[in-house]
Amino acid sequence: MEEETLMDVGVGINKETEVAPALISVHPLEKSVAVAIGSQLRVYDLQGDCCINLVDDSGGNQHTGSIRAICYGAKGSLFASAGDDKLVKIWSTDSWHCIRTVCSEKRVTAVAISHDDLFVTFADKFGVVWVVGLDGICNETNNKPTSLFGHYCSIITSLEFSPDGRFIISADRDFKIRVTVFPEKPLSGAHEIQSFCLGHTEFVSCVAVVASPELPEGFLLSGSGDCTVRLWDITSGALLDTCDVSAQAGVREPSEKEDAFSSAVTDICAYPNGSIVAVAVQGLQGVLLLSCDLFAKTLSVIKVVSVGETLIPTSLGLNSSAEHLWMITGASNLPALDDPSFARVRVVSGIHKESKGSTWSDPIVLEDSKIPGGEKLLEKLQGSVSIAKEEQTLAAVAEAVNMAMRNLLIKREYSSEKRELRKKSRNDKKLKQ
Amino acid sequence: MKGNPKSNNTTGLPRKRFYRARAHSNPLSDSHFPVPTAPSEVDYASHYPHYYSSEGTCNENGESTIDSKGAIHKPELKKIQFADVGCGFGGLLISLSTLFPDTLMIGMEIRDKVTEYVKERILALRETNPGQYQNVSVVRTNSMKYIPNFFEKGQLLKMFFLFPDPHFKEKNHRRRVISTHLLDEYAYTLQVGGIIYTITDVEELGEWMKDCLARHPLFEAVPEKELDVDPVVKLLSSATEEGQKVARNGGQTFLAVYRRIALSEIENGV
Repeated sequence: MEEETLMDVGVGINKETEVAPALISVHPLEKSVAVAIGSQLRVYDLQGDCCINLVDDSGGNQHTGSIRAICYGAKGSLFASAGDDKLVKIWSTDSWHCIRTVCSEKRVTAVAISHDDLFVTFADKFGVVWVVGLDGICNETNNKPTSLFGHYCSIITSLEFSPDGRFIISADRDFKIRVTVFPEKPLSGAHEIQSFCLGHTEFVSCVAVVASPELPEGFLLSGSGDCTVRLWDITSGALLDTCDVSAQAGVREPSEKEDAFSSAVTDICAYPNGSIVAVAVQGLQGVLLLSCDLFAKTLSVIKVVSVGETLIPTSLGLNSSAEHLWMITGASNLPALDDPSFARVRVVSGIHKESKGSTWSDPIVLEDSKIPGGEKLLEKLQGSVSIAKEEQTLAAVAEAVNMAMRNLLIKREYSSEKRELRKKSRNDKKLKQ
Repeated sequence: MKGNPKSNNTTGLPRKRFYRARAHSNPLSDSHFPVPTAPSEVDYASHYPHYYSSEGTCNENGESTIDSKGAIHKPELKKIQFADVGCGFGGLLISLSTLFPDTLMIGMEIRDKVTEYVKERILALRETNPGQYQNVSVVRTNSMKYIPNFFEKGQLLKMFFLFPDPHFKEKNHRRRVISTHLLDEYAYTLQVGGIIYTITDVEELGEWMKDCLARHPLFEAVPEKELDVDPVVKLLSSATEEGQKVARNGGQTFLAVYRRIALSEIENGV
């Protein structure tokens, strides 16, 4: 909670210097790739092989706070960015003009674009999901978001549409995943809950949908602070399979598991045919690949792909052909570093099942010069090509991101003395005097 | 029950003065009490030991039947069908327990001490009235956050919201237990035809609750005629501690009773 963070005397977090993890998102047809770091949005045009200068003539403000969520629409013609500055900016990916700037009342934690490109939904830190219609001329009345539904006062960590577009799926830090029917007229609210996917025992950090041509209605994948990735039936909310990833993340002692954060799942990406799931885990260097059998409804670990350095990805990106798995590690507002923001982009290719049998191909971690867009892309997205590769920097990033996530999502327990102390510093009480 | 210093010596019932609690509790704060991860994890055996053994089977008609093909049919386990949200000292539950002896019902209360009181009260009643009050229990939880953890879709027949905290200040309206967003969740747990009962002695809150329910597409008002013959409606003000207090002081109450309807019904009806 925002208020909670502000008055948090024990941990001492300053809103301005909160570390925000770097994010990456890939155009569904790999026409472009976008990176958000701090308040900066960096986009590289892979089709034209050039850097993109974002043009903002929507009349709204620029991003000034950390961007917390980015996404492309399913067709790739729209892109949305939102975050701590309470702005939701919607971009046309043809020209990279900002076509809309929507003001939120609270800080934004997740954003999703409906499959028909007609609505943008976003969630705030108070657990309310809002919707804005995109058709028609932008004026003051239709640029005002209306509330769609709410998780009662819980930070919403992830927002996705089901593959068929019928449902909107939201996950929160109270272990809940809610599947809501996305109505024909969303501006009057989404009141019909299809299901709740319950089973996680810690905050849910990310959700992703997975579908194949044979199973177009698809399934839901979720990652959580309880070190598991779970597979769900979207319509019934039934838990189909659970995959514990703590062993891969190097949690050997059962006692270590008590500290849930050593291996919280941070991001999930499903390959379009639904057979492979890429998972980023706190404390895991590289990316974990899971095999997903949609007919048997099972998840199993394939292997960990190490990217050759002590790189723990903060975000993953994949396009619909799934040729390249993009990953980024980085953060803004890093303490004790020369440059407060740091980003490192890597690309892995060649992840697929061998045509015969059940063996898996050896994924190739692409050299910087071999990745799509090459060093020009890296210069744009990372800020510089020759990034300091020292393990120290990467370790500092991992540590800072881990701490930021912990502060954001874990529920703090206070001793009774500390609670009294916090009550004394309540700002609403002070006002009364 | 004997020897419990907090209980009345003759009736065995707990005495309220040992369970005093603050009247308000902040529903927005993080909860640190245990919550079942899913409805299937609700510990029915501890709530309804008469109906459930610790192995999770039904005691009443507990024998499994074997059909002609030799397949074993376990009797359908009873599920909770009434929920009293913010049950307070449990007056309504105790009255409902004997009125609907075959229905499992639960009170949900956020205040720890009050929950303890209701727990002791139920245990004492079970002891002094053998065979009765086995269908009623209480749990300490924040129902504004965890309703879906306790009940499956369409599980409940009746939900009660009696004399909820009015949260007068506008900035605290989001703490009210009836709101458009929360009604979505209540509609999810109620089966079509299920009824939501609300009552308050605060006119402003009464208007608010009625307004939220009237505007919600999944609820419709229960007609006056039906209210007159519904035995539960009379209990709303007479059985609850808050209701009795209002009656003592000659206060007014504001009732809103709505039925859960299917969304398609409205679409077809138009």
